[in-house]
Amino acid sequence: MSLPAAPAATVAELVRGLAAKQFSSVELTRAYLARVAAAQPELNAFITVTGEAALAAAARADADRAAGRGGPLTGVPLAHKDIFCTEGVLTTCGSKMLANFVSPYDATVVAGLRQAGTVMLGKLNMDEFAMGSSNETSYFGPVRNPWDTARVPGGSSGGSAAAVAARIAPAATATDTGGSIRQPAALCGVTGIKPTYGRVSRYGMIAFASSLDQGGLITVSAEDAALLLGPMSGFDPRDSTSVDSPVPDYTATLTASLEGLTIGLVKEFFDDGLDAECGARIREAIAVLEKQGAKVREVSCPNLPLSVPTYYVVAPAECSSNLARFDGVRFGHRCESPKNLNDLYSRSRGEGFGAEVKRRIMTGTYVLSAGYYDAYYLKAQRVRQLISADFARAFGECDLLLGPTSPTPAFRIGDKCDDPITMYLNDIYTIGANLAGLPGMSLPCGFVGGLPVGLQLIGPHFSEARMLNAAHRYQMETDWHLRVPAAFA
Amino acid sequence: MEWETVIGLEIHAQLATRSKIFSGSSTAYGAEPNTQANLVDLGYPGVLPVLNGAAVRMAVRFGLAVGARIAPHSVFARKNYFYPDLPKGYQISQYELPIVAEGSLDILLDDGGRKRIGITRAHLEEDAGKSMHEGLPGASGIDLNRAGTPLIEIVSEPDLRSAKEAVAYMKKIHTLVRYLDICDGNMQEGSFRCDANVSVRPKGQEKFGTRAEIKNLNSFRFVEKAINYEIERQIELIESGGKVVQETRLYDPDKGETRSMRSKEEANDYRYFPDPDLLPVVLDAAFIDGVRASLPELPDEKAARFVREYGLSEYDAGVLTASRELAAFYEAVVRQVGGDAKLCANWVMGDLAAFLNKDGLEITASRVDAAGLAALVGRIADATISGKIAKDVFEAMWASGESADAIIEQKGLRQITDTGAIEQAIEEVMARNPGQLADYRSGKDKLFGFFVGQVMKATGGKANPAQLNELLKKKLAG
Repeated sequence: MSLPAAPAATVAELVRGLAAKQFSSVELTRAYLARVAAAQPELNAFITVTGEAALAAAARADADRAAGRGGPLTGVPLAHKDIFCTEGVLTTCGSKMLANFVSPYDATVVAGLRQAGTVMLGKLNMDEFAMGSSNETSYFGPVRNPWDTARVPGGSSGGSAAAVAARIAPAATATDTGGSIRQPAALCGVTGIKPTYGRVSRYGMIAFASSLDQGGLITVSAEDAALLLGPMSGFDPRDSTSVDSPVPDYTATLTASLEGLTIGLVKEFFDDGLDAECGARIREAIAVLEKQGAKVREVSCPNLPLSVPTYYVVAPAECSSNLARFDGVRFGHRCESPKNLNDLYSRSRGEGFGAEVKRRIMTGTYVLSAGYYDAYYLKAQRVRQLISADFARAFGECDLLLGPTSPTPAFRIGDKCDDPITMYLNDIYTIGANLAGLPGMSLPCGFVGGLPVGLQLIGPHFSEARMLNAAHRYQMETDWHLRVPAAFA
Repeated sequence: MEWETVIGLEIHAQLATRSKIFSGSSTAYGAEPNTQANLVDLGYPGVLPVLNGAAVRMAVRFGLAVGARIAPHSVFARKNYFYPDLPKGYQISQYELPIVAEGSLDILLDDGGRKRIGITRAHLEEDAGKSMHEGLPGASGIDLNRAGTPLIEIVSEPDLRSAKEAVAYMKKIHTLVRYLDICDGNMQEGSFRCDANVSVRPKGQEKFGTRAEIKNLNSFRFVEKAINYEIERQIELIESGGKVVQETRLYDPDKGETRSMRSKEEANDYRYFPDPDLLPVVLDAAFIDGVRASLPELPDEKAARFVREYGLSEYDAGVLTASRELAAFYEAVVRQVGGDAKLCANWVMGDLAAFLNKDGLEITASRVDAAGLAALVGRIADATISGKIAKDVFEAMWASGESADAIIEQKGLRQITDTGAIEQAIEEVMARNPGQLADYRSGKDKLFGFFVGQVMKATGGKANPAQLNELLKKKLAG
């Protein structure tokens, strides 16, 4: 397969090129749309490509630039995970349930990035309702990993990670409920950031587990993430859980020195489940950071191993309630000729939801039921507090935490489909940050058997600037993030 | 066996906010179906609720008015169940931590005594939409205009012992929410309605009987009838060897009976859990004090003042303070008359109330305003007309909208206080009725009334009654 050349390696380069009039937004958009079209049969990263609208938006961006309007991002193409509502555009959430749903409004994230001048190329594939770690639960078929198309890209933001890894989109929005940004970023060799819970509005982001969901980005580099994070962050009066604190200029501190930075290696992250080769890549990365002046020490979060069972009580509980609105009455899939109300409900939902979604709805319904609530839901909330307390204690001793993002590199499509528990364990290192509402990142840090490995950073609440700074300094010394799979170069 | 009834009420009062509790849609009643439901009310994918501060303030007003504890930290929870009028598949309500807890209010009993009724809690929640069946053969329509309208659910202790007490309590709450300007109290539009939990037990038994819950009663009359029917039903059931089962029942006003809607076994498991889309409601003392300072004079305070200031009976004070508008009307009349508070009360509660009732008007729409009524009462007080004539004048005022003085003048109703004129009328009557006069003088005292009537008739009712009595006695005695 041969793709038309990518116009640039990073968003930062696109920003510079647009400013220097090396290319127009229309030219860029055309080039990326051509790459999308060429790669789609192989990767299946997109659910919807909005080519015409993209070219129209690009033309407006060019006009704005010509008139001296707009900002640095004006004319930069990107793509949105199909969990974000986009006005007038199909918004499926990877589900048959919403396969016909054209959103009447824009998510706050989508509106913010449009306001900043970015151009939407289309909507990216994902696990159904963001439930999955391999992108195999999508109604629209699996996404394939650009590094090895027999393998999964990770999930649930598999389309976002694959698209950026293959450079068919310069950057992509994504969401992370238990690792859904960081794990696919790791498996596809790209950079992913899940901001602090409350940093990015959830309005218009179709809810999976409201207390854990957070919008973020998958990009080539930390610098790209810093460029795009600002416009999508900040208080939103339409989301009561968004936090009213000022959004810093994330690009301003990217190159700050790492002297005096203390990085904590979480003991529980380097467990038996971690692939030895992956562990070796992580240790090599630590050495790079130490060379930059960072101090490294071991810390312990003893309750962290409980994060998977805790998550698989809390997240299904919330999802069982959040997904109740999909009843075939007002929008989405509706069964043919329902006999009565119960038939309408059970067949619309039975037909519209896939197996994994049903599994979680049933689990969640169970843990909230009379007689089980205390033993499961309430207990899980207590453990969640213990995990948060572990992190808080750790941040008394260090500025950032470091570990692997995922226990192994990308696995083969179909390998873990029959065993949900094994699949769930993929997120063992990422879930903790969601339970505690902390920001987390994944950075490419090398390869094992030709497959990318991801390094995870976790910071205290609202430490995105510090995390991006550490990540950028690391990427100044390494080029793992600039590697492109040969087939898509 | 003697039975005792135990009743607890759950009153739902729609809060009079302009917009909904979690969205910016209007709450105005009566719009075309589904024209006041935005994406949040429709439960669209991705939308989120944002709490309306006005609803919180109103709930706090209510809590303070019933002497309750205002929770410094209350939590919204999701009550999960599927129903077409519930777009999200859950209702946002409060469960474990309601905003108002442990209050009470006093009701006046028929024997003049007072009874304190405990209020367990009051919590904020959103209303559901409405199902519509008329004109839709074989289908149901859903109108979501009401979905998301703020409600306060006021839960009483099981302190009520009869349908009458239940109605008195519900009326008292109805009065209170309107005083507080937090609910328009319109029961026809469903702004104020209740569920009644009813059980019976042998008198003297401590343990409660099994209760039935009668849903969605939207008039005081229905509350009374439904509860009385339910009491009879339960007693008959038990006395014939049956058992009351815990269930939800519906009242059918056409048939005047309650019937089973669903049993306990069929009841939903609502799977309540804290709503992760909403932060806990945290209220500090300054906020609560601010709300307290904004409270109006409450019905009980006002009634006590009426007893104190106007010398009214507790009963009259209670009637006159049943609504803030009625109390204001009464006080305006008293102020303008400049006294005679009891006379004013009789007029407001008597003729005025009767005419309002006849025409189905609220006090604010009265055809005779406070100034008009005060002018009329003033004419009684200054003996221009008698109380009896005043009734005719009032009727004419009500019909024509003219002032009391104009009607008195037009119809020549001014009271006759001229002794000579009254004496002349007496003499004429005596002359026309020699037989009765003789009987009276021979000891038939009862005929005095006959002569009063005849003289009044002769004077067109205008003779001053006190003067007439005095003069007549003298003349008849000879």
